[in-house]
Amino acid sequence: MRVLDSSRHSVLVRITHWIHTVSFFALLVSGIAILIAHPRLYWGETGAVGAPALLDLPIPFTFGQSGWGRSLHFLSAWVSVLNGSLYAIAGLFDQHFRTHLLPARADLAWRPFRQAVADHVRFTRPGGDGSRSYNVLQRLAYLAVVFVLFPLMIATGLAMSPAITSVVPELVTIFGGQQSARTIHFFVASFLVLFLLVHIAMVCRAGFGDRVRAMITGHSAVKEGRSRKERHERPAFPATAD
Amino acid sequence: MSDLLSRRQLIRAGLVATAGASGLGAVLAGRYGLVPPDHGGIYGAGETLTYAAQRLLMSHHSLAREFTRRQISTVFPVNGEPPENEGYRRQLADGFRDWRLAVDGLVARPSSFSLADLRRFPSRSQITHQACEEGWSFIAEWTGVLLSDVLNVVGIRADARYVVFFPFDDSWDSLDMPDAWHPQTLLAYGMNGQDLPTPHGAPLRLRVARQLGYKSIKYLSRITVTNTVKNIGQGLGSVSPEQGYSWYAGI
Repeated sequence: MRVLDSSRHSVLVRITHWIHTVSFFALLVSGIAILIAHPRLYWGETGAVGAPALLDLPIPFTFGQSGWGRSLHFLSAWVSVLNGSLYAIAGLFDQHFRTHLLPARADLAWRPFRQAVADHVRFTRPGGDGSRSYNVLQRLAYLAVVFVLFPLMIATGLAMSPAITSVVPELVTIFGGQQSARTIHFFVASFLVLFLLVHIAMVCRAGFGDRVRAMITGHSAVKEGRSRKERHERPAFPATAD
Repeated sequence: MSDLLSRRQLIRAGLVATAGASGLGAVLAGRYGLVPPDHGGIYGAGETLTYAAQRLLMSHHSLAREFTRRQISTVFPVNGEPPENEGYRRQLADGFRDWRLAVDGLVARPSSFSLADLRRFPSRSQITHQACEEGWSFIAEWTGVLLSDVLNVVGIRADARYVVFFPFDDSWDSLDMPDAWHPQTLLAYGMNGQDLPTPHGAPLRLRVARQLGYKSIKYLSRITVTNTVKNIGQGLGSVSPEQGYSWYAGI
């Protein structure tokens, strides 16, 4: 299995990670502020009170928050998109995705994959080198977030803009209409929040302080070459996911 | 040590370059109409980036999607009440017989138009999607006169930068010239084949197809062409930014 280099995370990954932390939180809070002005979701081009809804969220209609909500949403969307593009482009060039996130072909075969799922469910911690590399489930989760969920968020967000769809109408018709785009935007955001919760839970399980330090300084407290005994004595060892 | 120095120099050079680029960007953006009137405050950077990117990268004449009659919605909700003042009530009771739309400012021939005058212009109909900032939306057919036709008749001056719209109440809004000249920007007097209903802005409302619904201001009484909106209200381009909403609502 591949091993991460001397530092656990590159400078670029660390900087973009924390900028993303801030912008994602701002997007989430402002997105909720916008949503509660009309917490009903529809399918197709149009939707309003009096028309059939796909999903009626059990939230009261709350007005007056979408003004700042929208302004903050767009400001943080700019930060998120520029920061994310930097991460994605750099990751393609410096082999970050290929080295750290692309699963090995062998890991995708049925048996090893099933083993990875079973280990994950039982919280079996990998020893030695295994702990310094992402397993197949982590790799697939990160790839899905970076290359599927975030692009979908951007596309469905742009699809709600009447100015942008006047130039690229396919952007909204591909989703089945402006209200469908809004609904997909909501569900993909929910998936991202779910990912975030699991991400934080795994970081806590792997050792919150160590993992946060690694994402700030680049170095994990767990060094290679440590004796088996030391490892045994300090079980605050990187677990299967972070 | 040399490593440290070079890093410091690098940071300094980066800061200088960033400051220079932003300064140059601001000058160019101001000159080419890429800075919205509500560019100040903490959210101003986001508003400016969105507006400038769209005006720079997108055609000024791209057409909002149009739909078929079968796609017209069954419900057409509205926000807000008709103007409360006596002037509007009298006009409404009178069937807008004496109503006139004044057009003034940086124009060669300040004019005023009755509803009958406006109906003599070539009439345009469009079936477009209107989304409220809150999230709901409907598709309706709008009929009216192109704003550009009216602007051409009064003859606007070359230094015009905004067209400002005043309704019967205290609200007001403005469009930049790309949206004012846009081939779908209507002064609408009809909706779904009938006279514009009162809750939808009778006798005349603006329809801006490439922006959110709140930009399509209702109950119009006067239009002013100007080169600055600084002296109107708080100088932010419309009442929307005064209430926390963006001036540019192309989104």
